[in-house]
Formats: sequence, C-alpha cells, structure tokens
Amino acid sequence: MPTFPGSSKDSDWRPSASIETLRLRARLLERTRAFFSARGVLEVETAQLSAAAATDLHLESLVAQRPGGAPLGWLHTSPEFPMKRLLASGSGDIWQLARVFRGGECGQRHNPEFTLLEWYRVGWDAAALMDEVEAFVRSLAGEGRMPGEGLRLSYGEAFMRHAGFDPFTAGPGEILRSLAVHGVAVAGDLGEDRDACLDLALATIVEPALDPARPTFIYDFPASHAALARIRPGEPPVAERFELFLGGMEIANGFHELTDAAEQAARFAADLAARRARGLAEPPMDRRLLAAIAHGLPACAGVALGFDRLVMILAGASHIDEVLAFPWGHC
Amino acid sequence: MANYSTNEFKSGLKILLDGDPCVILENEFVKPGKGQAFNRVRIRNLKTGRVNEKTFKSNESVESADVMDTDMQYLYYDGEFWHFMVPGTFEQHAADAKVVGEAKDWLKEQDFCQVTLWNGQPLLVSPPNFVELTIVETDPGVRGDTATGGQKPAKLETGAVVRVPLFIEQGEVIRIDTRTGAYVSRVK
Repeated sequence: MPTFPGSSKDSDWRPSASIETLRLRARLLERTRAFFSARGVLEVETAQLSAAAATDLHLESLVAQRPGGAPLGWLHTSPEFPMKRLLASGSGDIWQLARVFRGGECGQRHNPEFTLLEWYRVGWDAAALMDEVEAFVRSLAGEGRMPGEGLRLSYGEAFMRHAGFDPFTAGPGEILRSLAVHGVAVAGDLGEDRDACLDLALATIVEPALDPARPTFIYDFPASHAALARIRPGEPPVAERFELFLGGMEIANGFHELTDAAEQAARFAADLAARRARGLAEPPMDRRLLAAIAHGLPACAGVALGFDRLVMILAGASHIDEVLAFPWGHC
Repeated sequence: MANYSTNEFKSGLKILLDGDPCVILENEFVKPGKGQAFNRVRIRNLKTGRVNEKTFKSNESVESADVMDTDMQYLYYDGEFWHFMVPGTFEQHAADAKVVGEAKDWLKEQDFCQVTLWNGQPLLVSPPNFVELTIVETDPGVRGDTATGGQKPAKLETGAVVRVPLFIEQGEVIRIDTRTGAYVSRVK
C-alpha cells in the first residue's frame, strides 16, 4: 500500500481544535439549520464523487481510485453542479452543507478537505443574496463577537481606494508597480498574467486594507473573473459576482448564476483549453449540468461560504486547524 | 539540478533565486476566493544575509540550491585565505575574507566551526555560539572589583577586542557569545 503524509505519526492523535471550539461549531451548525428552516429553504445532499469535475483553472479536483485499479471518479470541489441540476428540476430554493476537497490547498486558512455552505435562491439577484448572506452571518454571530456595520464596494472602487489603480484598465506593469509599493515582490513571469496580478493584488493589498470587523462585500468583478456568473453588458462589462470579506479573510463567493447553456459550454471549453496550455489535468466537463441548463435553469443567485472560516472568526482562531477536529496531516 | 515545486516549500528549504542561494524562513499559502494561488515566502539570501519577501505562483517550480552545512576544523590563515578541514575525510577548503566575514574574530586554530558549502565551495563560515579564547592584552585587573559593573577593553588571541569586567587579568581564558560579541564568563 502507498504511504500518505497524513499517516506517518501516531503521537499526534489528539484533536487540534479544543473541545470548547467543537461545541461552538456544533451550535453554529444548529443555528445554520434553524436559519434556513425558518426561511423555507430546503436542505439537500448531493454526491461527493462524480464522473465529471470542475474545469476551473485554479481548482484541483482530486481523484478517488480503487486500490491498484481504475479511477472511480472525481471528488467534488463544491456541490454547485448537482445543486443546479436540482434547481433545473424544480426544487425551488435549496441549501447544503458539503464536505468538499481541493488539492494543493493547505495553509493557515486552507485545508484540502473542508466544509462549504452553499445555497441558491430562485428569482433573486446578487444584491438580494448579499443581504441574505449578511443576515446569515449576523444570525450566527450571536454565538460570538457581533460584526460591525456592513459595507459594499464594487471591485473597481475597492482597488481604486486601497491599491490606487483601476483594475479594469491598468496594465500588468502598473499592477506590479502597485504590488512593489505595497512590499509584494513577485518571482518569475507573473507580469504576463494580468488576471493573476489582479488576484495577487486583491489578496495582498485590498483584503488586508479592509476593516476586519465589518462584513465587506466586493461585487461586480471583471468579466475575466466571471467563473459561473452572468456578465452584465456595459462599459466595461462586469461579472455579477461578489465576495464577502470578514476578519481579514474572504469567506464567501456568490454569483447571479449563468443560465445560458451555450455560454456555459463555451466557458468550460475555454477553461479546458487553458488547462491544456498549462499542462494541467483536463477533467471531463459536466454534460449532465449542461443538459440541465439547456432544459431550463431558473434565474437564480447562489453563494458558497467557507463554514470553517466563519467558525474561525467567531472563535477568534487564527489557524484553520483550531476549528477542525482532525486537519490534514493529523488524519 | 533538482527542482522544487512550491507545494514542497517549507522552512529550511534551500533554493536558487536570481542566481543566489537562499533559504526559506517562512512559507504562507495565499489564495484569493476563486483565483490564482500563491506562495508568499520570507527568504534569507545566504550570500548577503539579507532577508526578503518573495511571492511565487503556486505550482511554479524553483531550482534547488546545492547548499550543505558541514562541521569543519579551522586549520590556519595564510595571509589571504582561511583554511578548513573536514575531520574524517581530511578534505580541505579555503575561504576568503568575504566568506569568513566577522567569523574571523572568533576562529582559533584547531577549533570547530560550521562551513556552509554551495556547489562544494565555501559560502559562509559560522562560529559556534560560544567560544573560549585567551586574553593577550588588557590593563591590569582591579582586585576584588566584581560589583561595580565597570568594563575595559581586552585583546584576544584572535586579534578581536571585547569589553570585559575590570577584574579580568591578561592571560585568562574567557567565554564569549559570538552572536553579540559579549563577554559571558571567566573559564577556569
């Protein structure tokens, strides 16, 4: 049998979270169920293992395999695709707490296996869903420190205010200069990848400048950062996508969902081409999802929230290991 | 030359950056919501000693630096080079003033120190944290004065000058912290 890094020691058998934190976590799960139940949103469960996977350039899906045999399938990186199939089947509003897996993500705020809270609201747009995300966070905060007043900034405003450049027009050179001014020196050929430069500026300049006590939504992303959000035509066109920042961390990502099957298929194909160009794995695109969207995905907004990170904020933890019973490397 | 992926980054790893050997002091994984992941590292340039922060795209690969710390015995100084020997193999290495740096103040023939080799060549010489050296020149000691805390300069057998308490005599052996250059105690 192969050996795994997580199985090397037996002296660290104890949980990395305190029992007190695990009690808080359990209360937060109860409150989560109560929140959605009171609002008439249906709790669902979908499969973790799938024949298809996310094509996103920056997500690494893990493969489940029979020992010495053929792969069984891909472990999901979020429950988005099957949940959209439910929506297309007439489920109405749905929510799920899902254990998801992302390869290569390990650090102070990342564990390769983590808990994602994902929900969809039929007929809603991004603004309405931001209101509900904020209400949800406040309903859980009763178990800890109450966050300050909410704040909403467009992606453009956030960069102009905190990084000093316009993310829709700045060239890679200008972004790299702003990064250098903020003490972020980059190695390699990052300058040729404008989107990666923006991602780095968001994570290292904008995010640390936001008030950690205030739930802050950044919305209207560049079209190149649309992922599965619909794009609103305009000058410039923007992706109807938002992220929530709290406690100095990004804790949720939401979309006014794309409902155009042809556009969705084209984005999958573009993702796969970009993956091929970089020599990354090319998981099969989810054709059942495409069929569901073609059948008719109702107009909806959806959001995925990193539940572990919300527990971190409410527990005052600085490392994700403090809110997980057994993080990777201890299991 | 081997390569490391950013996935393998951890403190202590030696990598080559802009042609210089560096050691990773801290590694932080950074990923914005749905975008590109990065590794932000604090690194020490082993040539200059300078500490910097650098950000890599995750999954990028970086050349490893063939850097090894080896315990060696200091043999002698020939006026230009300091000579060291690996006990056991008797392999010898010569290091110039740039490599030896401030360590020269604490090197005594036959004593051991750590020599960092890069591609087989000395890169850095680190003395032990504490060394014991003989005083070759200082003002006569003031008997019984152990309390006033007064100090005077004393020249050591290596040529270095340190501050010692007033009661210390010429010819005595003292213990010194090489990280600060401070007198620690008398050695009987």
